[in-house]
Amino acid sequence: MALDKAQYKDREFLAVIGDEDSVTGILLAGVGHVTDPPDSQKNYLVVDQKTEDSTIEGAFEAFTTERKDIAIVLINQHIADRIRTKVDGFSAAFPSVLEIPSKDHPYDPEKDSVMKRVRKLFGE
Amino acid sequence: MSGKDREPVFPTRQALGIMKSKLKGAQVGHDLLKRKSEALTKRFREITKRIDDAKRKMGRVMQIAAFSLAEVTYAVGNNSIAYQITETARQAKFRVRTKQENVSGVFLPAFESFQVEGASEFGMTGLGKGGQQVQKCRETYTRAVETLVELASLQTAFVILDEVIKVVNRRVNAIEHVIIPRTENTIKYINSELDELDREEFFRLKKVKGVKEKVQAEEEAERQKKKKSSSDKENEEEAESKNVLGDEGDEDVIF
Repeated sequence: MALDKAQYKDREFLAVIGDEDSVTGILLAGVGHVTDPPDSQKNYLVVDQKTEDSTIEGAFEAFTTERKDIAIVLINQHIADRIRTKVDGFSAAFPSVLEIPSKDHPYDPEKDSVMKRVRKLFGE
Repeated sequence: MSGKDREPVFPTRQALGIMKSKLKGAQVGHDLLKRKSEALTKRFREITKRIDDAKRKMGRVMQIAAFSLAEVTYAVGNNSIAYQITETARQAKFRVRTKQENVSGVFLPAFESFQVEGASEFGMTGLGKGGQQVQKCRETYTRAVETLVELASLQTAFVILDEVIKVVNRRVNAIEHVIIPRTENTIKYINSELDELDREEFFRLKKVKGVKEKVQAEEEAERQKKKKSSSDKENEEEAESKNVLGDEGDEDVIF
């Protein structure tokens, strides 16, 4: 129902938005992918103190709506907090957005957009 | 009752039959959809529980992974490894594919991770020192990402099920609160109209019968009178007595 095979057939990559350590670790697992030139797009974004919110939003937008080959978007929770409205506003099934903890910021289930929905559904 | 919320049909017996079968169909459909919605909700609760657990597990796994990365940084001695890794990423080795799982008519996608064959990309990483740690760290992170993929498929299933359950519940409610009452209304309307027609018909028949009886009674009275007078003057008006109204041979008119 409500689900088209074309929606997810070609999705095979993971994308990462995170701080340096998280991105390094996840890329080490072999996730990193750069599309063929000329428009070589990376599927990861390293965020530090100097990164603008607009850059994060742009990357999030690119991974979630523009690119059709990404199945899962991993984003550090403290970075998701910076673009919280965008993350909460994203409700499509594909790609699925996953908030992950980072080294310095332990995971807080209260903030997770999916966990929020879970709690809302059970009326807590 | 007559005007509000019913289907635009003529009150005929045929339409009544159609409406009755429609009502039956709506009830069966309602039952089925309700059961489907219950099955999906059960599944949905299961998934939310698993998500809850998986999210907590993810916290631990990521912590271990971060620690192993810290070991690598320590072993290598400086932070150049991060640049090395981010810059050498070219082709993804770790990818996911989607397969489908069918839960009472709903296709839920599940991600499945797989490794693309070929030489490992980070073969040169940590060549100088800390190679062993890099290897270990990579394994740890691979496992961590696998957990994440698992969690992501649960989450996708959650999002899709949420949507589907909403749609199914909307349908159940539409049937329960709109289609069934409306069909029942239509059936009531048709029945009352048909009853009305029956009553009209009955009344008219009664009326016709009444008129006929009156006429007959008059005729009878006339005849009696004639008989009386004819017994006085016999045979004189015999021919006339038969045909006072002149309506012999006329058929009764029935409307």
